[in-house]
Amino acid sequence: MSTTEFKFLRDLPSRHLLGTGTPMCGGCGGLETLHQIYDLIGAKSVIVNAAGCMTLLAVYPFTPFRGSWLYTAMASAPAGAQGVRDALDILKKKGEISPDEDLEVLVLTGDGSAYGMGLSATSAAMDRDLDFLYLCYDNEGYGNTGQQYSAATPHGARTATSKGSHGYPGYKKDLFAIWTAHKPSYVATVVGAEPLDLARKVEKARSLQGPRLIISLAPCPTGWDYEPAETVAIGKLAVQTGIWPLREYVDGKVVHTKIPHPRLPVEEYLVRQGRFHHLFTPEKNEKLLAEIQARVDRYWQEAESEP
Amino acid sequence: MTRQMLTGNGAAAWGARLAEVDYLPAFPITPQTEIIETIANWIDQGEMDCRMVTMESEHSMITAAGAAAATGVRVFTATSSQGLLYASEMIYTVAGWRVPLVLVNVSRGLSSPITLEPDHNDVLAMRDCGFLQFHCSTCQEVLDHMLLAYRLSEHEKLRLPVIVNLDGFYLSFTREPVEIPSQAMVDRFLPPFDAENIRFRAGEPLSEGVAVLGGPTYSYFRYEAHLASLQALAVYDDLAREFQIIFGRKYRLIEEYRSANAEIVFVMMGSFATKAKEAVDQLRAAGEKVGLVRPRLFRPLPVEALYRALAGKKGVAVVDQNLSMGKGGVLHTELASALYGRPDAPPVLASFIGGLGGRDIAPEEFYEMVAVVRQSIIKGELPPPRLLYTEKELREVRKLQTMARTMHRGRGAKS
Repeated sequence: MSTTEFKFLRDLPSRHLLGTGTPMCGGCGGLETLHQIYDLIGAKSVIVNAAGCMTLLAVYPFTPFRGSWLYTAMASAPAGAQGVRDALDILKKKGEISPDEDLEVLVLTGDGSAYGMGLSATSAAMDRDLDFLYLCYDNEGYGNTGQQYSAATPHGARTATSKGSHGYPGYKKDLFAIWTAHKPSYVATVVGAEPLDLARKVEKARSLQGPRLIISLAPCPTGWDYEPAETVAIGKLAVQTGIWPLREYVDGKVVHTKIPHPRLPVEEYLVRQGRFHHLFTPEKNEKLLAEIQARVDRYWQEAESEP
Repeated sequence: MTRQMLTGNGAAAWGARLAEVDYLPAFPITPQTEIIETIANWIDQGEMDCRMVTMESEHSMITAAGAAAATGVRVFTATSSQGLLYASEMIYTVAGWRVPLVLVNVSRGLSSPITLEPDHNDVLAMRDCGFLQFHCSTCQEVLDHMLLAYRLSEHEKLRLPVIVNLDGFYLSFTREPVEIPSQAMVDRFLPPFDAENIRFRAGEPLSEGVAVLGGPTYSYFRYEAHLASLQALAVYDDLAREFQIIFGRKYRLIEEYRSANAEIVFVMMGSFATKAKEAVDQLRAAGEKVGLVRPRLFRPLPVEALYRALAGKKGVAVVDQNLSMGKGGVLHTELASALYGRPDAPPVLASFIGGLGGRDIAPEEFYEMVAVVRQSIIKGELPPPRLLYTEKELREVRKLQTMARTMHRGRGAKS
């Protein structure tokens, strides 16, 4: 990270490319990330979208994008990226377009697609060493349909389909590990509340070729049940409590880009979200809170003991 | 121009080669696989300049095909049966993108029970999606309709994807003499694909597949695609005439075989229609005034051409190689709506289901269908829909059922 253009916040792009007035919810953490990434990538791009909240960004005849857009379906956005990338390469090889007319291909999906229905197409795009960027905005549930639990939902969270006193019984799938097992060019986690870290990672990803995948934790006021103004604070707490480790995988190695010191108790992150309300009232669920804390502690113990 | 013995799959591969397709997203499935193997081999040998990518599913294959066509290259792809249905979400989607591409479907019956042998339920399940549909009955027609399909698909009035359908086994694996036109002849007929300004390029932003809010906007775009699809009838007529001048082979929307002065006419699609032709010849030799009408284009349905071919006939035997559960033959239903209320519409439109899962249709069964229609004309009442199935076949199935029961009991006794 020695040669980054982004040393200070003031180095971030001051020109914002994504149009305003989209139908996303106020305080949408996914949109926060997309704004930042789009400023970096620019209009010489085609966004290949999978079914999710962001599908509603382009509603005929309006679009907030200055570049191109292709909505595919929930399961196959990476295959759409394959078709666009291959076609552009064919046209370049035949001399029908100049390198100037080429486009960056960015897949945009939510966790519903990325962790589930779209996983096979994503895995196969990595097998084929497809040269593309992939952004998953992870709001930890099927947000567009009212926040039912998905494979990305954390243990214990209340969702529209896990309203009981224990919340979601499953555990958040380790998509980062699944992706890195494919040995793609680049994998990273980001969050919109850490824009400098995000910009450096997008910069790194764009300097490489091949499959480059990014998961952004996307705090979601409607799905997680908190005030829209809290999105940045909650994003920061996800990092400071160690719940959302900021890391990147490159050249076969995982590196943490921000190690929280001191690491705050997970309670500080959980207590601010209605979806974890049942862990605190009518009485504190000490056992479950301890379990969540222990899992985070174990993660960091292992991460920090690695050579 | 050379003449070679080619399978239907070989003819489809030659069609793609002569069309100089740029891109082939692929996925293997019986009985289609020979097509992509043939092309992969040509690419390896340097005989064909095409990028082929094996995808992880047909759903992804059609997504990549549509996305590449939307970016402005000529795309070919092929599938069959379960693959077509697995891709069906994207089949509808890419038709809505209004991208030109050609998809060969090698027809095969659908699960369940699972089978490898042909009927038309797979391709007819895609009846309403916006792809045009050609149904071929010979290997030559497969090759020629690959070229016609690209012209039609890329036509400025259409910009719709096309399915070229051929029957599994009966056509896919059957060798027939096929004239392979020279590249120079094909180039005269089929110029390179020009996407004009409808493609992804830097500096010319374009949004494809965007959401709409509200029924009127949705209705507008859906009906536009329908109207564009209907244009294919007139455009195909023009293209077929141009094709005839260059290649010397004559195609029309429907094939009419000895039907002009016939009293009773078979209507059917695909390779089994060649069996009907043979039966027509035999029946004609025996003095029966019978003929065959075969739509080449099923979507859009050539309603006027079919009406003109069938008006004034005494009876029609529609042989459907498909079954719409709870209704019956799809082509029969379509013909009924095409003919209803028209002057001189044939009074008897009889429905027969045959050839499901590759079951053969014997000459005697064609004779029997004519006899049934003849009786019906005399009596002045419609015969009930009928499955072509013999007592012997039923006995064979009963025998299998008995074996299954015996084995089941045998296992039960042991455990």
